[in-house]
Amino acid sequence: MALELVFQIEGGDFSNAGKASSQIKKVLKQLNIDTRIIKRVVVAVYEAEVNVAAHAHRGQVKALFGETEVEVVVTDQGPGIENIEQAMQPGYSTASKEVREMGFGAGMGLSNIAKNTDNLHIESEVGKGTILTFRCNYS
Amino acid sequence: MKISEIIKYTEASVVTGNPENDKDLEKGFSSDLMSDVLTLDEENILLITGLSNLQLVRTAEMADIQAVLLARGKQASPEMIELANENNLIILETPFSIYKASGILYSNGLKEVY
Repeated sequence: MALELVFQIEGGDFSNAGKASSQIKKVLKQLNIDTRIIKRVVVAVYEAEVNVAAHAHRGQVKALFGETEVEVVVTDQGPGIENIEQAMQPGYSTASKEVREMGFGAGMGLSNIAKNTDNLHIESEVGKGTILTFRCNYS
Repeated sequence: MKISEIIKYTEASVVTGNPENDKDLEKGFSSDLMSDVLTLDEENILLITGLSNLQLVRTAEMADIQAVLLARGKQASPEMIELANENNLIILETPFSIYKASGILYSNGLKEVY
């Protein structure tokens, strides 16, 4: 079994941010994965979707459902992250006022993704974009 | 605390959800910041908020929150109602402030997350 799902996200489109995590949640439910694990995965994906909508021009979420784990790759074309270590610090944020008014932009996203996933890897090039890769084991 | 008790204590109206499915919730969390809601490990809680937008409904979906109480007389939009119905999310609306709604529910036994 190796099911792959791909979703596109447009920068600034907050009403569609959450569609990828919602679909991924449905698939994981069908696979009878523990609800606590599902929550970890979909919270991480949702945080990543909000990040793309908040910061990037456009992006893509790719989820690969394997035998023992799900791998998620979030690729965006955007400003990139200048200092990843700093961006990982809880509370550090470059989000706009509009994003904050929507209930986000508190600087918790990346650290929360790290908390909920087994293996987070961030690659970023300033002026080009960011690639976020993480995995969650089913057990 | 049963949903029916939450409705009674906060003089709330039911926007989405089946009132016959009277869930019992143990804890509550009050926040307008979805970033903080997404960091909670608890499930099956009541979220009390003054933030009324689609992101609230998405956040509830991802965080396994089954009931939301909109405070300060905020109203759910048609888009929120549609998505909440898809996800079986209960949305209630109260004219009370977050402070008043939280205080009343806490003093009647709805515990804190932390």
